[in-house]
Amino acid sequence: MSASKIDLSGSNIDQSGSKVDLRATPQLRARRTRASVFRWLCQAMTLSAVAFLGLLLFQVVRDAWGWLDWNFLSSFPSRRPENAGIKGALFGTLWMISFTALISVPVGVAAALYLEEYARPGRLNTLIQINIANLAGVPSIVYGILGLALFVRGVGLGKSVLAASLTMSLLILPVIIIAAREAIRAVPSSLRQAAYALGATRWQTVRHHVLPSALPGILTGVILALSRAIGEAAPLIMTGALAFVAFVPRSPMDDFTALPIQIYNWASRPQAEFHHLAAAAIVVLLVVLFAMNSLAIVLRQRASGR
Amino acid sequence: MSLARRRTLRRDGVEEGIRAGLFLCALVSVATTAGIIGVLAFEAFEFFREVPLTEFLLGTRWTPLFEPRSFGVLPLVGGTFMIVIGSSVVAVPLGLASAIFLSEYAGARLRGVLKPVLEILAGVPTVVYGYFALTFVTPILQRFFPETRVFNAASASIVVGIMILPLIASLCDDALRAVPEELRQGAFALGATRMEVSLRVVVPAALSGVLASFVLAVSRAIGETMAVTLAAGQTPNLTFDFRESIQTMTAYIVQVSLGDAPAGTVAYKTLFAVAALLFVITLSMNLIAHRVLGRFREVYE
Repeated sequence: MSASKIDLSGSNIDQSGSKVDLRATPQLRARRTRASVFRWLCQAMTLSAVAFLGLLLFQVVRDAWGWLDWNFLSSFPSRRPENAGIKGALFGTLWMISFTALISVPVGVAAALYLEEYARPGRLNTLIQINIANLAGVPSIVYGILGLALFVRGVGLGKSVLAASLTMSLLILPVIIIAAREAIRAVPSSLRQAAYALGATRWQTVRHHVLPSALPGILTGVILALSRAIGEAAPLIMTGALAFVAFVPRSPMDDFTALPIQIYNWASRPQAEFHHLAAAAIVVLLVVLFAMNSLAIVLRQRASGR
Repeated sequence: MSLARRRTLRRDGVEEGIRAGLFLCALVSVATTAGIIGVLAFEAFEFFREVPLTEFLLGTRWTPLFEPRSFGVLPLVGGTFMIVIGSSVVAVPLGLASAIFLSEYAGARLRGVLKPVLEILAGVPTVVYGYFALTFVTPILQRFFPETRVFNAASASIVVGIMILPLIASLCDDALRAVPEELRQGAFALGATRMEVSLRVVVPAALSGVLASFVLAVSRAIGETMAVTLAAGQTPNLTFDFRESIQTMTAYIVQVSLGDAPAGTVAYKTLFAVAALLFVITLSMNLIAHRVLGRFREVYE
């Protein structure tokens, strides 16, 4: 990416650089110099953010090198680092995220459908919308507090997969609703009009035309929301996910641990061996997230290609 | 009643039932807010029956878990404030510069590469940032400032700054791109350089969007939990020395819940008092940001 190439894409005013205009006054030349320094600075700062991502990935992979093997994936945590693995955390995350999806996706999509297809403009609906926007900004640990008081202690679910999944569902619900609403809004209204013209009821229209047509967009939003839930640790700590779990959950009422919790636990120990374990677990977590995000991008492109 | 009529009636019933069901799902979000406020208010009220509000808000010692107990929340607020300042120093210039580069300089192709990269940066779990701060940033800081602690505010601030950078970059980019092209063309026609156009025309025109992004980012930094818990330490410490170990409000909540405080004890109730304070602060910042953004939308739509 040479400088001239980028200048071409914008307007052609800022042509400081190779050509020196001899007629330019010193003032003008100073302004142009400043402009090119500024441009260079902005570019450098943007690239530094990219470099930071590269550095982070490089460091984590380097720390994990040699520790990530089949044994690591198939063993339970151990006090001896060389025997420790993430089997419990992997299965725990799988259980937690499955129940989270089962709870949050139907509720979130239904809420989005109501707001987009059914709700008449009014005070109540404005309230719901403002409320969703604000919920999206509430720190995840506050959801954890809610889960602790409501699901773990209030309803008496204890420190279980289900309590954590319910908490996580509330956390990602605003994300799902916002994404699903956008997908539903993108469905052309001619589709609805055609269905109504043929005598379909509102629900028939929604069920057979709006929903299938918005599905790729909704799925993209759902996958992104779930990938956020997979990386969250704070609400799980609050609802009592344990760090040392030497078993695989067998029911939604069981204790469990999850990948971010395991990473936190290993990273917070002083010994370097446990840091390598944390790095290896981070690689696994990032691979899972990367796969999910790629899937979301593919779905989004397929949806926009139609 | 004819068969057709009956069928219509049943269909209407189904329609109404579905409508009601969907409405209930939409109400879940309102119930969540009510639940959060209810739980926090109830338990915090219990707490404030034992500890006066003034002692909580104005006290400068936070030792709720051991004797002599003291419930001054200022050290935790100070810790959070340090993270806010430190992360803003990193994220505000970098984020705004990235946004200016993306919207004013980068071509479509470069943009198409840079934006997803920033999104990845935003999607990295916070516990990973915590690990990175602890194992990479802190050792580097210690090389340059030998008196830096293992747990310190500086490295946590740096990674939180990197974490909120994409939020600022993305929101500012949106705001800058919403500025009408005519404004830029007008300035160019008067002989302004691209830097002058960016800084004196585009950024001022998008100022409310830019400011709103800062507020939202700060709110995110305040609520950030895992990175600061891992990297900044567990020492409620009213200091402004970034080399010191501190404790944020969020890190305190994690510390107590890992320690498994039995329900009903004062330690358990402090969770809710601190969380209530956290919630009030982040909520008001979000409300401010949305208000500022609302004004910004009025101008250009």
